[in-house]
Amino acid sequence: MSSHVPLPGDFLPLAAGVAQPLAATPSPSYREHVWARLRADRRAMLSLAVIATLIIGALAGPWLWRVDPALQRLDEASRPPGPGRAALLVADPGAVAVPCTPGTPAGLTVCGTPHTAAVRLSWHPVAGADAYAVYRHELAPRDREDLGVPLGEVVVPAFEDRLGLEARNYHYSVVPLRAGLEAGAAITLRVEPRQAITWSAALRRGLLATSAGHERIGSELRLPAHPLGTDYLGRDLLARIIHGARTSLFIGIAAPLLFVLAGLLYGGLAGYLGGRIDNAMMRLADFVVALPFLLFMILFKVAFGIRPGESGVMPMLLAMVLLGWPASARLVRGQVMAIRDEPYVQAARLMGAGTPYLVLRHMVPNVLGVLLVALSFAIPGAIFTEAFLSFIGLGVAPPTPSWGSLCNDGIRSMLAHPHELAVPAAFISITVLAFNLLGDGLRDALDTRAEAP
Amino acid sequence: MLRFILGRLGYGLLTVWFIATATFAGMHAVPGDPLLDARAVAPEIRRNLEARYGLDQPLALQYLRYLGNMARGDFGVSFTQQNREVNDIIREHFPVSALLGVLAIGFAALGGVFWGVITARTAGRWPDALVMFLVVLCISVPGFVLAALAQLGVLRLNAWAGVSLLPVAGWGGPAHMLVPALVLGLGTMAFLTRLMRTSMLEVRGAAYVRTARAKGLSPARILLRHQLPNAILPVITVLGPAIATIATGGFVVELVFAIPGLGRYFVQAVQQLDYTVIMGTTVFYGAFLVFMVILVDIAYGLVDPRIRLAQAR
Repeated sequence: MSSHVPLPGDFLPLAAGVAQPLAATPSPSYREHVWARLRADRRAMLSLAVIATLIIGALAGPWLWRVDPALQRLDEASRPPGPGRAALLVADPGAVAVPCTPGTPAGLTVCGTPHTAAVRLSWHPVAGADAYAVYRHELAPRDREDLGVPLGEVVVPAFEDRLGLEARNYHYSVVPLRAGLEAGAAITLRVEPRQAITWSAALRRGLLATSAGHERIGSELRLPAHPLGTDYLGRDLLARIIHGARTSLFIGIAAPLLFVLAGLLYGGLAGYLGGRIDNAMMRLADFVVALPFLLFMILFKVAFGIRPGESGVMPMLLAMVLLGWPASARLVRGQVMAIRDEPYVQAARLMGAGTPYLVLRHMVPNVLGVLLVALSFAIPGAIFTEAFLSFIGLGVAPPTPSWGSLCNDGIRSMLAHPHELAVPAAFISITVLAFNLLGDGLRDALDTRAEAP
Repeated sequence: MLRFILGRLGYGLLTVWFIATATFAGMHAVPGDPLLDARAVAPEIRRNLEARYGLDQPLALQYLRYLGNMARGDFGVSFTQQNREVNDIIREHFPVSALLGVLAIGFAALGGVFWGVITARTAGRWPDALVMFLVVLCISVPGFVLAALAQLGVLRLNAWAGVSLLPVAGWGGPAHMLVPALVLGLGTMAFLTRLMRTSMLEVRGAAYVRTARAKGLSPARILLRHQLPNAILPVITVLGPAIATIATGGFVVELVFAIPGLGRYFVQAVQQLDYTVIMGTTVFYGAFLVFMVILVDIAYGLVDPRIRLAQAR
């Protein structure tokens, strides 16, 4: 307490007619308060940005990254994420193998540059041998029994391998034969072919201008890049993620919106009417909660005439909406009942307010906040449900991608090619995380007991 | 108290009846014939099959027969495996799923309460931040990804140790149950941790805690005897629906870890459109869940005297 005693001279009478503000600054409305608190929450703002990016990516993605998500390229199967590979442009292998002379004495050599279109081997003839068996192994052969895949038997000391070559290490072994039996030790050579693409394949894939002649043979081309890699059938993962986002986000946002809306109407009515009608309505809602979700999914799928092997987006949506509304109905009913008994509502009613005014001006804004929070927590649940259904094969069918079915495909090659599972799982997790954090932020921002930022 | 329990049981029976009716209505609302899926049968065989399943009778009679069967516990014979009764399937596989579920719930409840208490007591400091970060991560990652990652982790662990420390899949001894139950309960545990933390923070400022502290009670006694029972109420409320979540999540864990449980069987039946198995398992699962929720409600009534007294009004 200050020791200053107010004296009459401390105060001056207010001049008449001069308007004085009641407060220093205009008091912000509830909505502005909420928005200010939300903006101060960095995690919620970051989540909002992430969600906006995902939605824009899902909508605009197919135009920005024009790769067909269903196009299979088995020679690009299960590629990890990375820039496009360099490929040597080679002439188409002829029908007959061109012989070449061996190099160092008593050895197995490769003619020219080995590449994935053809690997040409030649060796010095072994005395007493009338035929040679050629083997190929991806690992170094440990003994006589372990030489690898038999590629064939030849009479001349030369061989051209065109069988499914990839740009990796191979170990070729040649065993001399006499009268069908092995007649000498195997000679082995390690070869690593370069990635190559034949001229006609390049033309077909649009990597060469149709008017180009053969003069570019021998130069390097860059194969199309796959920023997120490819799946087990060689389909571009980025394109699949973008199209999967459209499916997953559509269901993940549309279903909760619909059932929250349904819950709003149902719960609002029940809460407003009250009494026995409210009791009966809530009993019905409790029954619906007990209904089994998977069963109704299947039923709707069959009822819509969708055979196993076809996509069932509409049944999924219907099942989620029909079985998901009780939670938000109960929430809205609780809110409406609480607001209905608030003094300000009763005062408004006493002053002659009609039902539409009460509903619009008082009920809706108060319910909206709680509903928004429920929505932002219902969306991750819907995304999980959709992912789970697609995972067990009840959702979208191949080749339509959805993030859940991408995870399903990726789990099979999880050990050898982890990116096929990691990429869609990461997208699901980031989306769900963003919605959860946004929901947290909204809940804290709408909390009327919290202080202003 | 008895009135409370009886009231809940009656309500539960009504719910099970509603599930059974809804299932029946759903199966019969489907256009087409469950019998004629892809098999072309001669007309006499068709008539015999219809008579056997009672499909040639009016709907109301079928419904009564269906209810009667259900009351006796007879769910019929599997459509795709005609030599197995649905009852046998349930009897063989349900104990496995139940054991897995119980372990998962136990793990989730204990872990959730424990971590909730720890984070509430260290609120604002680094243990709180670390645990909450992990919790948010566990909630955000889908269950099947967690299961696959856990399996990968066990593989790597075995490879690093050089010997098979933990089995990667299958069902047998306690070692087989450890990782699947852990994975199954992880999501729920994360959710319960968050709930428990909020609840503990609310309780901390309560008047009775202040009184207890003023009386001079030891911190341990305050925690165990006053804070914990009150803070645990929301957790128990949520435990009922959490059991349903674990039942659904159990499907995925059973698939990934190759556990011969009812969930995996149910998913297979769904994919093969084996109608009797689907119906029987659904009603069974529904009844089981209703029963579990009743148990949780009774437990809630036991823990919180206010609920008990309100019900008895």
